[in-house]
Amino acid sequence: MLPYTIGNYLAPMLNKSIPGTDHPEFKAAEEAARLRFNGYLSTGGTKSPDHFHRELGKIIWDYCGMERTKEGLTKALSDLPALYEEFKTDLCVTGNGESMNQTLEKAGRVDDFFQLGMLMCRDALDREESCGGHFRSEYQTEEGEALRDDENYCHVSAYQWGGDPMKPNLNVEKLEFEEVHLATRSYK
Amino acid sequence: MSHNLKNITLKIWRQDGPQAKGNFETHVIDEITDEASFLEMLDILNDNLVHAGKEAVVFDHDCREGICGTCSLMIDGQAHGPQRGTATCQLHMRQFQDNAVITIEPWRASAFPLIKDLMVDRSAFDRVIESGGYITAETGGAPDANLIPIAKTIADAAMDSAECIGCGACVAACPNGAANLFTAAKVAHLNRLPQGQAERFSRVESMVETMDEYFGSCTNHGECEAACPKEISIDVIALMHKDYRKAKFSNRKDLARK
Ligand code: SF4
Ligand code: FES
Repeated sequence: MLPYTIGNYLAPMLNKSIPGTDHPEFKAAEEAARLRFNGYLSTGGTKSPDHFHRELGKIIWDYCGMERTKEGLTKALSDLPALYEEFKTDLCVTGNGESMNQTLEKAGRVDDFFQLGMLMCRDALDREESCGGHFRSEYQTEEGEALRDDENYCHVSAYQWGGDPMKPNLNVEKLEFEEVHLATRSYK
Repeated sequence: MSHNLKNITLKIWRQDGPQAKGNFETHVIDEITDEASFLEMLDILNDNLVHAGKEAVVFDHDCREGICGTCSLMIDGQAHGPQRGTATCQLHMRQFQDNAVITIEPWRASAFPLIKDLMVDRSAFDRVIESGGYITAETGGAPDANLIPIAKTIADAAMDSAECIGCGACVAACPNGAANLFTAAKVAHLNRLPQGQAERFSRVESMVETMDEYFGSCTNHGECEAACPKEISIDVIALMHKDYRKAKFSNRKDLARK
């Protein structure tokens, strides 16, 4: 069972010999993972990954939920990097990297959640309209319905990793409708 | 009304790896709400352990709603604990009293080697499932419901077997470490349905023989049925044996014709 985004890359390798663990790419990936995990283990702080997970969840829940505002998202984007900084300096992961370590596993996940959380808030702030399941309070009709802005946001935003989770590179893919045209659904 | 339980003593099995020597470690929980699930109680213990600079107890869990089969604790000698027909994740602290002493162990069976603390490797189950192979089915869009008429009694019986979540409690509870309830549940699920008929006998033969490679033999203790969180009846084992016996004849006949 593979995530559907991966099959496409592996399929052309069918029946070809599997690269060994001495392949430079493998070595580089292994080294990167080792550095990352040793980093969590040697932070030497005082708070568990669960602690950060909960604090992070609270920020996202409060400011990047179904309903969000410019003000809240701006606050989240200042709180998140501060908490992320604390995560990097005050994390406590017990145990070691030699046998099964679920605390270490959690640290890795929470690290990812931080980066994803920042990205979500960035994108939510960038999109000045109410679209899909999410509601930007500033953008609503007089009757309180979601107000889209097809003029400026009829596109898919795909973000690219650029080394800093606060500064992802935005790629915009315009949505073009040829046969079926854009309309607004009524839930009344 | 919820209330707080006091002074719960946990005796938890700690073992660093399959080859390491294990021992029971005692932890006292001063106070915990009876609304906490058993696994939440362990989460709280673990968070406290990490904050105290100690290593957290490793245990398996995923859905926490009794459907995935990942949780697997032997609690006071009972697989999935004292509550019948539920998985460990569905057990709550209200099942226990103040001052309780609770012993928590991993599944113990030679086919399930220990990974660490309370987590074991149940991939022997995957080998049994794999050996069952595929069923012949048309690919493409999902067929209309009720395209193949199936009597309600049959559909219900197949569903009862399909309920198996592959947790391994049956193996852990069995004095022989046998996996007959698990394998038979999987066999019965398909062998009862029209869609499972084409490969019925080849499937049962290979699944039973793969099971025998890893697990002990059944001597009808019935502990598996008592431990099973899905209350799967040992009747499925009778069906599996019946089909296996038939398979030994019919598959041999197929061979002779070649
Ligand atoms: S038969 Fe029951 S106890 Fe055995 S694996 Fe399936 S659900 Fe678990
Ligand atoms: S955690 Fe999924 S069944 Fe218990």
